Amino acid sequence: MDFLTILQILDSTVRLATPLLLACLAGLFSERSGIFDIGLEGKMLAAAFASAAIAFVTGSAWAGLAAGIGASMILALLHGVASITFRGNQLISGVAINFLAAGLSVVIAQTAFRQGGRTPALTGDARFTEITLPFADAVADVPVIGPIYANLISGHSILVYVALLIVPLTWWVLFRTRFGLRLRAVGENPAAVDTAGISVVGLRYAAVLICGVLCGIAGAYLATSLSAGFVKDMSAGRGFIALAALIFSKWRPWYALMACLLFGLLDAVGNRYQNIQLGDFVIPVQFMQALPYILTVIILAGFVGRAIPPRAGGEPYVKER
Amino acid sequence: MDKMPKWADVILIPLISVILALLVSGLVVIFIGESPIEAMQIMIRGAFGNAYGWGYTLFYTTNFIFTGLAVAVAFHAKMFNIGGEGQAALGGLGVAIICLTIPWPHWSVALLAAVIGSAVFGAAWAAIPAYLQAKRGSHIVITTIMFNFIASALLVYLLVNVFRVPGSMAPETARFPEAVHLPNASQFAGFLGFRPSTPLNVSFFVAILACVFVWLLIWRTRLGYEIRAFGHSETAAVYAGIHPVKIVMVSMLISGGLAGMMAINGVMGEAERLVIDNVQGAGFVGIAVALMGRSHPVGVFLAALLFGALYQGGAELEFEMPAVSREMIVVIQALVILFTGALDNMVRMPMEAFFLARHRRQEAAAAAAAPNPKPDAAHTGAPAAQREE
Repeated sequence: MDFLTILQILDSTVRLATPLLLACLAGLFSERSGIFDIGLEGKMLAAAFASAAIAFVTGSAWAGLAAGIGASMILALLHGVASITFRGNQLISGVAINFLAAGLSVVIAQTAFRQGGRTPALTGDARFTEITLPFADAVADVPVIGPIYANLISGHSILVYVALLIVPLTWWVLFRTRFGLRLRAVGENPAAVDTAGISVVGLRYAAVLICGVLCGIAGAYLATSLSAGFVKDMSAGRGFIALAALIFSKWRPWYALMACLLFGLLDAVGNRYQNIQLGDFVIPVQFMQALPYILTVIILAGFVGRAIPPRAGGEPYVKER
Repeated sequence: MDKMPKWADVILIPLISVILALLVSGLVVIFIGESPIEAMQIMIRGAFGNAYGWGYTLFYTTNFIFTGLAVAVAFHAKMFNIGGEGQAALGGLGVAIICLTIPWPHWSVALLAAVIGSAVFGAAWAAIPAYLQAKRGSHIVITTIMFNFIASALLVYLLVNVFRVPGSMAPETARFPEAVHLPNASQFAGFLGFRPSTPLNVSFFVAILACVFVWLLIWRTRLGYEIRAFGHSETAAVYAGIHPVKIVMVSMLISGGLAGMMAINGVMGEAERLVIDNVQGAGFVGIAVALMGRSHPVGVFLAALLFGALYQGGAELEFEMPAVSREMIVVIQALVILFTGALDNMVRMPMEAFFLARHRRQEAAAAAAAPNPKPDAAHTGAPAAQREE
């Protein structure tokens, strides 16, 4: 394995980790506020469809991004209404949202485009193209550092950089602002927050809607950047891998980045090599695909570093009368 | 305590929820420019119009009864088994191993062995998440989701590398021997017009037996009582001497076993070989079925029939109305889960208010009807009114 191959694998790691990272941070906001969200997958899928459809119609990737965020926020609002206002089961609501997105995206795509539930391929400005950072071409010939800067750091879609910037932003919001303190408190002990005269419902809705925005960017990235258009079930379980990464990172932003890069790397390696030969032993590609889930179960089992979710997670808050 | 009569809780609320789900589905059909009435007619005709439709409807129903019962049993212990998909896939593996490795003399013996084998494999796949929930407190929903993905990867690996017929490209097992062929509806109910190609087979009766089994288990055995007690209140159950680890393990093993048994219908009864993705989402439909059927076997049966009809009718719908994609079924399924599960309180709260108000009015009317109440009548009336608070 030479230097260039490693660079290529790392490059595709970054690309594949981006949607995971955005969805993972989305889940982070929601779950830190005490609202479990297994509907990340559905919100991402709905956003992927909406962004691809609008980007195709308008020819603008930015309009697509806005539509994707909008679609994802509608589903996030639905999740909020079901789990905050009507105090329903958050897990069941998440399951419903996943199916709703999986069904509606194909039904509407079939009606609008008649291409068997996909959108037409996006070209030109309807996609987020790769941007070249300053001096990337100039330093490309410098040994080692040059290719790293030109291939790995430069040359991604703007959404990749946005996703990477959201990591410190999330950390700052959650751990350095009053809003973040309250958000974390409402996920641990909503009664205390309520006693302090702060709206539990308001905070949770805010968290769920932020989750919607981030899932929307993740979905738009899938359809307008990673690929060129929407196809049925294109999120392909990424929402669940993001959920796994969230648990893996124990609900912390910087660890989420690490977990998503790790899972992205597994995906990139799995895409590149069908089977990996280690001496006489062959690691099948299916094992690589299952590895994120296996690792998450091990972490969940608490044998290697215990993952403890926010204490009030999954429980509707009922004001005492 | 009871704000509503039992019939309202058991029948009225699920019915209203399902009607709401169907109304919203109708709006979706209008939105894509077709007539919902016509779509409904096509679906009903496609599902129940002839023996061909019935064969597929009841075939799907059989699948959904198994997965619905699986989710229902876990619900009684207040656990959400979202892993029916993976457990059913492993059940298929169990059926394939049993049918391919042992030369069975007769299908009936093979069926019995396949029922046990599929249940054991399904239960085994549920065992690890159950153990982690019971002993380590890992959330069962997350672990069962993860196990669905692991099961799918495992099955692809096994079908590609272990069970594939040498020389064949298709990732599937060899065809099961003729001896384990289950009689299909044309053989035991041919007089009803079922064709030899119908997928409906004797597994349907196994599914009905499973309904009876679950009813007996939950409402007529000590274990069932313990499961329900645990589901209502874990602390109270523990105080009453019920062992939480045992209940979590046993109810999840039964749940996984029921999900696994789905494979006798699809794998042994219809495909007669194990193929990739033999479950086709039935594990998830089980969630909608259990929610709609209020986790009661009779409700699960009726809900499974409705979803069986939706799946078969939906296939016909796509054929006759090309503008409506087959995914419309997934939308309806999602809306049923949403309204009967997540938005249950949206229907329940106004209904409770309605019945409470009606009850109060009746009492007020009863009090007004008696112009000069005797002291003892007033005496018995007062505590009753208090109880309603």
